[in-house]
Amino acid sequence: MKELLLIIISSALVNNVVLSQFLGLCPFLGVSKTTNTAAGMGGAVIFVITLSSFVTGLIYKFILVPLDLTYLQTIVFILIIAALVQFVEMFLKKAMPSLYKALGVYLPLITTNCAVLGVALLNVQNDYNVLQGTVNGFATAVGFTISIVLMAGIREKIAYNDIPKAFQGFPTVLLTAGLMAIAFFGFSGLI
Amino acid sequence: MKANTPSERLVNGIIKENPTFVLMLGMCPTLAITTSAANGIGMGLTTTVILAASNLMISLLRNFIPDRVRMPAFIVVVASFVTIVQMLLQGFIPSLYDSLGIYIPLIVVNCIILGRAEAYASKNKPIASLFDGIGMGLGFTLSITCIGAVRELIGAGCLFGHQILPLADAAAGKAGYEPITIFILAPGAFFVLAALSALQNKFKLGAAKRGIDPSNPDCGGSCAACGNTMCKGKRG
Repeated sequence: MKELLLIIISSALVNNVVLSQFLGLCPFLGVSKTTNTAAGMGGAVIFVITLSSFVTGLIYKFILVPLDLTYLQTIVFILIIAALVQFVEMFLKKAMPSLYKALGVYLPLITTNCAVLGVALLNVQNDYNVLQGTVNGFATAVGFTISIVLMAGIREKIAYNDIPKAFQGFPTVLLTAGLMAIAFFGFSGLI
Repeated sequence: MKANTPSERLVNGIIKENPTFVLMLGMCPTLAITTSAANGIGMGLTTTVILAASNLMISLLRNFIPDRVRMPAFIVVVASFVTIVQMLLQGFIPSLYDSLGIYIPLIVVNCIILGRAEAYASKNKPIASLFDGIGMGLGFTLSITCIGAVRELIGAGCLFGHQILPLADAAAGKAGYEPITIFILAPGAFFVLAALSALQNKFKLGAAKRGIDPSNPDCGGSCAACGNTMCKGKRG
């Protein structure tokens, strides 16, 4: 139990997936204009990463390792993730139309979110078992959601500021992200 | 310059549609592994090899892949090449393999590769696609090596691992350069890229003043050479 708690804190805050490992930057920079869309994206990412780290963990442990095919992990994982995203999309459309409407646009984008593949690979690299891997996936996604929602909040506030022309848009977002990364260093004492 | 010749493709990838600075693709490796110039070159060349090979392969297969399943097909092609390259690196350049770590398998989801497969290789002839891949890859290598060099120089006073700026040594009472360590840590990546893209915006604003229309600031503004079918600002 203590070990799982340690994984959660470390993945969600200390080694924040966006601000210290640079995974999932495209949605972090692209879909962080308003807090609503950022929260939607965060929800979709939590859902997909938790599910995909569970499934990839199972397949790695019970198919790839016994058959001695671990060198195929990159290909297998990316296919699982792509199929899973498609499946989740179809399932939500049929079973939970309201949730589908809320997450709909973000789901297809998640296949190319490197955080999803990154978590699956990190789980293997760190020798996590299926439970630890799933918890790690969930915590990582929560960390992603925290940082993207914070970022969206800050961007809403600075949208009306008087910024030099050359720094408008992308550069300001990057500077904000840099300052947030420094702030997240504060968590490093937690472990 | 005539469109789709090898040399035009190279220039296009390195300068006109530079994937990092102009198209803003592939941000994850750009920020993550640019702690030194040598890492930048290693990552850039690895990506170049994969990009050129997958572009060539996808262009050869473009008439056989059904349109509906093209995305999964592209991903499988790219993932196969990534696995091959990963094994080669592990066998022959283990030091680079160790320093790039998890970012080698993550080349699969680098948007530059899928982006070029979709926008160029699936519509053009093999030779032009091959050179498009090489050009884009070299453009990517050039940009991330620059970012790596800036970060290494400010953060450690080195360039390619050689000490350029003599470091201060308080114990010996020697004056010198105090490295700003934050630049080789995570936040430094954001700061350096922010400064570089602000510089680029400045040049674009200058171009606008001289009468060049920057109505589509995310690309080079040359619609004839651009493969982006989603673009709304298409002219001519």
